[in-house]
Formats: sequence, C-alpha cells, structure tokens
Amino acid sequence: MNASAEAIAAKPSTVTADKLGQDQSTATTVGEITSANPRMRCREVNVWYDDNHAIKDVSLDIGQNEVISMIGPSGCGKSTFLRCLNRMNDTISTARVEGSIQLDDQEIQDKSIDVVPLRARVGMVFQKPNPFPKSIYENIAYGPRIHGLTNSRAELDELVETSLQRAGLWKEVKDRLDASGTSLSGGQQQRLCIARTLSVSPEVILMDEPCSALDPIATAIIEELIDELRAQYTIAIVTHSMQQAARVSQRTAYFHLGDLVEVGTTDDIFNQPQHKLTEDYITGRFG
Amino acid sequence: MSPTLLLFVVLAAMALAYHLGRKRAIRVVGGVSQINRLHSLPAYYGYYAALWAGLPALLLLLFWIGLQEQILTALTVAELPPEVTADLSEGRLSLLISDIRSVATGNISSGEISPEVAAAAEHYHRLEGIADLALWGLIAALVLAGTAWGWQHAKPSFRARNRVESIMMLVLILFSSIAILTTLGIVLSVLFESIRFFQKVPWTEFLFGTKWSPQIALRAEQVGASGAFGAIPLFTGTLLISFIAMLLAVPIGLLSAVYLAEYAPRKVRSWAKPVLEILAGIPTVVYGFFAALTVAPFLRGFGESVGLDIASQSALAAGLVMGIMIIPFVSSLSEDVINSVPQAMRDGSYALGATQSETIRRVIFPAALPGIVGGVLLAVSRAIGETMIVVMAAGLAANLTANPLESVTTVTVQIVTLLTGDQEFDSAKTLAAFALGLTLFVVTLILNVIALHIVRKYREQYD
Ligand SMILES: Nc1ncnc2c1ncn2[C@@H]1O[C@H](COP(=O)(O)OP(=O)(O)OP(=O)(O)O)[C@@H](O)[C@H]1O
Ligand SMILES: [Mg+2]
Repeated sequence: MNASAEAIAAKPSTVTADKLGQDQSTATTVGEITSANPRMRCREVNVWYDDNHAIKDVSLDIGQNEVISMIGPSGCGKSTFLRCLNRMNDTISTARVEGSIQLDDQEIQDKSIDVVPLRARVGMVFQKPNPFPKSIYENIAYGPRIHGLTNSRAELDELVETSLQRAGLWKEVKDRLDASGTSLSGGQQQRLCIARTLSVSPEVILMDEPCSALDPIATAIIEELIDELRAQYTIAIVTHSMQQAARVSQRTAYFHLGDLVEVGTTDDIFNQPQHKLTEDYITGRFG
Repeated sequence: MSPTLLLFVVLAAMALAYHLGRKRAIRVVGGVSQINRLHSLPAYYGYYAALWAGLPALLLLLFWIGLQEQILTALTVAELPPEVTADLSEGRLSLLISDIRSVATGNISSGEISPEVAAAAEHYHRLEGIADLALWGLIAALVLAGTAWGWQHAKPSFRARNRVESIMMLVLILFSSIAILTTLGIVLSVLFESIRFFQKVPWTEFLFGTKWSPQIALRAEQVGASGAFGAIPLFTGTLLISFIAMLLAVPIGLLSAVYLAEYAPRKVRSWAKPVLEILAGIPTVVYGFFAALTVAPFLRGFGESVGLDIASQSALAAGLVMGIMIIPFVSSLSEDVINSVPQAMRDGSYALGATQSETIRRVIFPAALPGIVGGVLLAVSRAIGETMIVVMAAGLAANLTANPLESVTTVTVQIVTLLTGDQEFDSAKTLAAFALGLTLFVVTLILNVIALHIVRKYREQYD
C-alpha cells in the first residue's frame, strides 16, 4: 500500500526546507511536526539516563487514524521516545523525562495523573517479546481480567480467540492454549505479545520493532493488521525495515543520536528527504 | 623438638629451593636474555624445586605427628615386664599408660610411682628423644634430596610449567578429598552407631512408638527399668514448633521481601536490608534466653490474665522465637527470587494498565513461587535442626500433643540431653542419640535436596 499524506495539513514547518542539506546541525527538526488531527502532542521532550542525554528537544504530533513510523540507527533513542508516550520510563530509576506530552489535550507528564488508566489507553508492544510465564490463554486473558472487560468465561474465550486471530497466531496455538507462553518460538512470542496488547483495545498502540523476529508471512499478517487497526486507532511503530515503514506508515520520523532530524509524509521522506542525514540513512539502506 | 619449628624450617627450605631452581634455570641457558630458550618461565623451575623440597617433608611431618605417640606407647608397653601387664584389664592398662606418660613429661601422676612405671617412663622419654632426632634427620634428608632433584631438573627441555600445574592439581584434589572424606566419615559413624542402637531397640518401635522415656536401669529391680524409645512424640514436638515458627516467619518474611524488592525506595532499602542481616547474625543462644526469660514468662502471664493455662516452657514461646530467627532467612531468599524475575515481566504487565499490586499478585508472585517454595523448604530444614532455642525454651517432657500451649520436646533437645553428663557410650540411651541424629540428618537432607532442586530449576527458566 502507498503512504498517503491525507491527514497532514499544510502548516508551516519549523524550519524552511531550502536552507538545509549542507548544514549538519540537527538542533531543529526539518519538516512538519504537527498533524491535522493530533491525538498525542509532544513538545520539547528531553530524556536523560543519568548523564546520558538520550532524547533532545523532540517535538512531534501523532495524529488520529495515522500510522507513524520511527526509523534511525541503533541507539538513537527510538525506544526511549516511544516509552515516553505511556510513561514506561517511570520504571527505569535512572531515567528522567522533561517537556510536555499530551494525550487528547491532557498533560500526561503531570505527576498527578494516574498512569494506570493512561497505560490502558496507550498500549505497548516491546522490542523484546516478554510473555508472562503463564499459559498462552492466561497471557491474553490477563489484561481483560484485570480491567473486567468480559462478563463470562465464554466472552473471555471469544476475546482470547479474536485477539490471537488478529495477531495471526490462532492457528498455531489453538490446540495448546494451556502450554506456557514462554515455550513458544521467538516469533510466536512476539505475536503473542501483540495479541496481548490488542486484547485490552488501547486507543493508541506503540509498537517497538514488532516484526523483528517474524518471517515474511507473519510480517505480512501484522502489517495488514496495522493497516486495519488504523481505522480506529493511532499507531506509532519503530522499525529497522525501511520497506516496512514505507508499506505501513503515513508519516515517518527519522531519529539520529537523540535528535528528531526530520519528519514528514512517508512519501516525502523516502523520495525527497530534505536533510543530509536522512538522505544518507535512506540511500545507504536502499543502495 | 617442636613441630612448629620444623614447619618453619621446611618453609624456609622451600623458599631457598625456589631461588636455587630459578637461578639455575637462568644460568643453564646463559642469562636472562636467553630465557626464551627455556620451555617455561624461570619461576616455574623455582616452583618445581620448592614443591619437591617441601611437599614430601611436610607429608612426613604430618604422618609423624599423627602416629608418634601411638608407636612410642606400643614400644614402651612391649618393654614392660610381663608380670606387670599379664592380668591387667584394658581400662587399667590405659590408666597405667597415662601414668607412664605423665611421669615421662614430668607431670604429677595418680598415686604412688612404682619402680616399673618409673623405668617405663624413662624408656618412653629416651624413645622420644630418638624419635625427634630421627624426624629431624629424615626431614633434612627429604628436603635436601627434593631440592637436589628439582635443581637438577632446571634444564631448558624440562616442561616445568606443566609439572607444576599437575602437582598443584594433585594438592587441590587432596584438600577437597579431605573435606569430602570428613563428611563421609561423620555420616558413616552416625550410621554405624545407629545400627548398633537398632540392634538393641527395633527400628519399628523407634519410628512408630509413642512413648519416649530413655531410661535404662543399672539394676534390674530399679524404678524406670523399662526404657521406652518411641520417637513419635519427639517428631511431633519438632514439627509443632517448626510449624509455629513457619507460621510466623513465612508471612512476615515474604511480605517484607515484597516490600523491599518492589516498593521500598532505594534509601529505605539501604538501611532496612542491613538491619535484617543483623537479625540473622544474632547468635541462637541469645534468641534462646530471649525465649526462655522474656517471651515464655510474658505468654504465661498473658495466659493467666485471660484464664488460659500456658506452660512455662510452651511450644508457642519456642516456636515464636524460632520464627523471629528465621524471618531474615525467608525474607532475603525470597527477595533474591523476586528480584530475579526480569523487569520485562513487570513492564509487560504495567503496559497493559495493571497496577503495581496486580502485577505483584498475578505476574511476579506466580513467577517467583517455585523459588520461594524452595527458600521456605530451606527455612523449614533450618527450623527442624535448630537446637539452642529449643534447648533453652522448650521442655524435656515428651508429650504427644498438638496443643501449642503445652510443653513439648524436640529431636535436637533430646540429643543434647542424652549426650550431656556422664554417659556410657554403648548403652541404648546414648546410642539413641545417634539414631535421632540420623533421622534428623536424613530429613534435612531430603528437604535440602528438594529445595535446591526447585530453586535451581526455577533459575534455569530465566537464564
Ligand atoms: N535502561 C537504560 N538505562 C540507561 N541507558 C539506556 C537505557 N535504555 C537505553 N539507554 C540509552 O539510551 C540511548 C537510546 O537507547 P534506545 O533503546 O532508545 O535506542 P533505540 O533507538 O531503540 O535502539 P535500537 O534500534 O537498537 O533498539 C542509548 O544510548 C542507550 O544506551
Ligand atoms: Mg529500541
């Protein structure tokens, strides 16, 4: 499928495109950071791990019904940024987050807001699959149970089945739902974790390299799923596969050493990148 | 001559041999610039010479110290006039020998010194002098021969490094087998003594009998002539006290572990953990008199005020104090297990919108459960083997009861009472202690094996 720019309004960019290219400074982001119908709005977000400044002044909108992909070299802060969006960095004692992050105009950085409902609304699939050491069924049923989403065992069974189906795992595991989630292969575990996230129907889904261990068929299933989810949800996906970014996302953000270097429609980023770093990264990969 | 002095002489000789071996290795190849012609670094030739100079001498010294006295005694006794030794019982003979020895070393002996004893002592003393000379001579010879052997081997083609490594390995094997053999020896001796006990008292009576009164009469018509060796009251007493202890230690230990591992800010943890460790470092005898002098009277007084009759040496008091002793044990083991549940599990749960307590109850706790069970089993085996607290706070009366307010006795308490004081070492009464010890050993061994198995299996899951 083609990346489309339908949701992106023509607002002025933070920096005009013309003066760039030669200038290696990455202090400001090139391209359109805003979105016509923003769901999440990040402004001047900074993250430190002790003294390591991992995210530097990143401002970015994530729009309703849009898939935004985040690309960049390893260690550039993609996962760190993603984890800011549902306050998962709270669990790392050395991490310090500053700046403003809003979900539907509500400031989530506020110490007074309750992270529990926030995380139920903003779900996350982690870079490394982390199934619970419970049965496959219990892995999926965990979220619906704690949120009381179903009223009967039959409903729960159905929710488990649909979640697994959407993640393309149902056929492989339907006969062994009692087996331990940790006994699955790496790729199966990754899909189990996707199914687990879907089971609680979050409004925003953050996916950190969800297809890194998947074969082309399973990858295609997940990409189809992402496309389908877009109708209802807002999705941010980190990926090292540029083809995947091009296939599933409408907007793309390029990170480099903690800076958000460039963001724009996926078409523009891949066909006419404005910034030298972006171009190097993309052409380096595409040869 | 004192063995300590000899030891130092040998050590000095080793240092010298090291020096000689190393020097010669360097000289043989023609100086420091040529040492790459040597198979090994020069120091290894030194080590080789030192090991040869020292090890045989040290081994000889060890054996000599162990055997000298027995051999000398045997020689002295053989020299005694036949009419003196002819009709002596074993006990009187050993008395005589100790007389001879004390005279020989110049101590006061029991009673008059007969001329035979004086002569024998003289003889003993002379033998001792000879033995000392012989030891010095032998050791000197060994050291010299060893040094010469090592010195002579300091040649370029000699693989000194490999030799030294294999000698070191042998030495290590020797020491680890000492540890293993000692354990084996203890187990076997307990086993043999127990077998002797079971020849006097059938094992069925011991394991299933319900009456414990380990009195063996000296004369047939004496009161209490019929000893009873049914250990069931001891087992139930042990279990009752351990059960009370676990009832206190498991919830407190576990919950404090959860708090320390999951909730406590770094600051709290940094002082709370050392405090728990201090609790673990209190000697059990201190717990013992805490139980006997503080807790037991308090419970008794409390019982009186509410109209309960609590024995002054109740199972409850001993159990409660034992529980306090075990809390740090349970808590630190559980904390380790909880900490080893990967952070990714917590993240996965939080990302689904679970609260911290939901995460702990439904993800971390089930994941850590096998390890926690293992830790609790280790704690149980400690409670069962604990001695000092129960000796001081639990009673001696072998009551068969499940009432924690009464006084019970335990296996360990009985072992202590059976073996303290003057005892004959082949009566059923003292041998019973070995049978009890064996039972205790087997039970704790089984518990430990199961617990370690569970803990290890659990570890593998995440490694
Ligand atoms: N838990 C942590 N503690 C300390 N530093 C961290 C932690 N996690 C990440 N970092 C640091 O933050 C920087 C960004 O890491 P991050 O995981 O966000 O990179 P990434 O872009 O996701 O890389 P990759 O593509 O390899 O997943 C790195 O320099 C990393 O060393
Ligand atoms: Mg990452």
